[in-house]
Amino acid sequence: MRLSAHNAGWSVRGREVVAAVDLEIGPGETFGLIGPNGSGKSTLLRLLAGIAPRAKGEVRLDDRPLHRIPRREIAQHIAFVEQQADTAEALSVRDAVELGRTPWLSPLTPFSSTDAEIVEAALTAVGMAHMAARIWSTLSGGERQRVHIARALAQHPRLLLLDEPTNHLDIHHQLTLLRLVSNLPVTVVIALHDLNQAMGCDRLGVMEGGRLAAVGPPAEVLTPERLAAIFRVGASRLTDPADGATLFRFHCIED
Amino acid sequence: MSLAAARVPLLPRLMARTAAGAAVLLAAILAGVILGETPLPWETVRAAFANNLWQAGLPVDPIDQGIIWAYRVPRTLVAAACGAGLALAGVVLQALVRNALADPYLLGVSAGASTGAVAVTILGVGGGALGISGGAFLGATLAFGLVAALARAAGGGPAQMVLAGIAGSQLFNALTSFFIAKSANAEQARGIMFWLLGNLSGVRWPDVTLAVPVAVAGFLACLWHARALDAFAFGQDAAAALGIPVRRVRIVLIGAVTLMTATMVSLVGSIGFVGLVIPHAARFLVGPRHGRLVPVAAIAGAVFLIAADVASRMLIPGQVVPIGVVTALVGAPGFALILIRGRARG
Repeated sequence: MRLSAHNAGWSVRGREVVAAVDLEIGPGETFGLIGPNGSGKSTLLRLLAGIAPRAKGEVRLDDRPLHRIPRREIAQHIAFVEQQADTAEALSVRDAVELGRTPWLSPLTPFSSTDAEIVEAALTAVGMAHMAARIWSTLSGGERQRVHIARALAQHPRLLLLDEPTNHLDIHHQLTLLRLVSNLPVTVVIALHDLNQAMGCDRLGVMEGGRLAAVGPPAEVLTPERLAAIFRVGASRLTDPADGATLFRFHCIED
Repeated sequence: MSLAAARVPLLPRLMARTAAGAAVLLAAILAGVILGETPLPWETVRAAFANNLWQAGLPVDPIDQGIIWAYRVPRTLVAAACGAGLALAGVVLQALVRNALADPYLLGVSAGASTGAVAVTILGVGGGALGISGGAFLGATLAFGLVAALARAAGGGPAQMVLAGIAGSQLFNALTSFFIAKSANAEQARGIMFWLLGNLSGVRWPDVTLAVPVAVAGFLACLWHARALDAFAFGQDAAAALGIPVRRVRIVLIGAVTLMTATMVSLVGSIGFVGLVIPHAARFLVGPRHGRLVPVAAIAGAVFLIAADVASRMLIPGQVVPIGVVTALVGAPGFALILIRGRARG
């Protein structure tokens, strides 16, 4: 499933949050979105998910403009995990994951045993099956994040949009989550803060001031010059002797 | 829904629950008919029903028959419809606004409906073509539109909605008082003030044919959208990402809420607390999923308002206490209990 943005943009009160983004994401690709705070990563994800009101330009799923596709059908293809989506309802973990089945159900096709199995599998995939009965308000930030991911998995999407999914997670769960995501047979667009984690993506898009400043394979995109200009850090490239992978060590550069 | 529950086939389970709900509702309605200032024996009530429903021709005192059929039955049915309608309005508003305080009373919908109804009765707005219910619907729609616009202008969060609702209800309550002070004579003013507190004494059969269909239609609309209401738990963006056509669902459900509130207010005045307390009580019983919450809240609201109406007739012999007073007297401590026990559980 191919997702593409054509001159996509979004403004609030005359201020351009995202502008003139052209982007094409191919089937099966893991595409990382990086950029400093406030550079428009979350807004771009909302545009790609088709849930930003009054969007400029166009986002297409294969060759169909998103705004022409019924919401329900979009949700059967695209799952979106926002940052910090919270609820005051006393939902259980299982309830929250069952919400992922919403686009596949209707009053005339109610929740079935197949749906229950899908929900169970999603809970197991994020390691939350043993907490299925826990109430939302008793979960930690990281547990909530994993429930959101499970909800998105239960949606059985072909395209997964994740907004900084590793926030709140301890290092073990960060790594399991990234491995889980990269092993999924779906297209993934993932906003990340950790540039070393971003190295694991097939391609990266660098956001700066609402615009897509660069797109390409991680090694090409994350040059020392760009890291200094956009992220305002110096970086040394190190090589892990275990597997030859490149990683960064960052240090402050004086303004 | 747990896995264990999913193993029981859906249809029998659904039928058993529907039957249980109907039985509870029917029992409450019968109790509402039997109890009152002069409790009537069950045999008399049964005979009066038989006479009116299938011309059984049983010997019943015509006065008893009149009390039962012309007075208590419509009154109880309207109480049930109002209780269900107001409780559903609360369920929907709490889900859409994502605020535990949201109900038609607090968000100004009831106040707008009162203003509309009073404008039609006293000022003669609409020249008789509108009717009290029509006026109430216009007032309720106007009030909710105003509150929603104000909340949006203030930033659009759940807290802004409640603050805007408070401003809206103050404004519309003031308008109602203004209309009364300006144009009503003392007798009218007394009647309206009594009606505003909630009053089922004037209810007759024509009111039933308005209240019951509106409550049933509103119930079906809410039940049809139960999954959509669930999807709003994490906000409207999350609902949209789950495939809910947010704008259309909001219009349909808020339309249903406005219609139910306006109808109920135009018939029996603005009764507070049902829309706020019953949804919380129902959540406490069956949890936050709307597939169960909607029917349970509707039945609980109906039963609660029937009970409140019976209490309003029996509390002080020879005098009817406004039902709004009873709902608040029972509702406030009940709500406190829910808050405390909910905290202990959470």
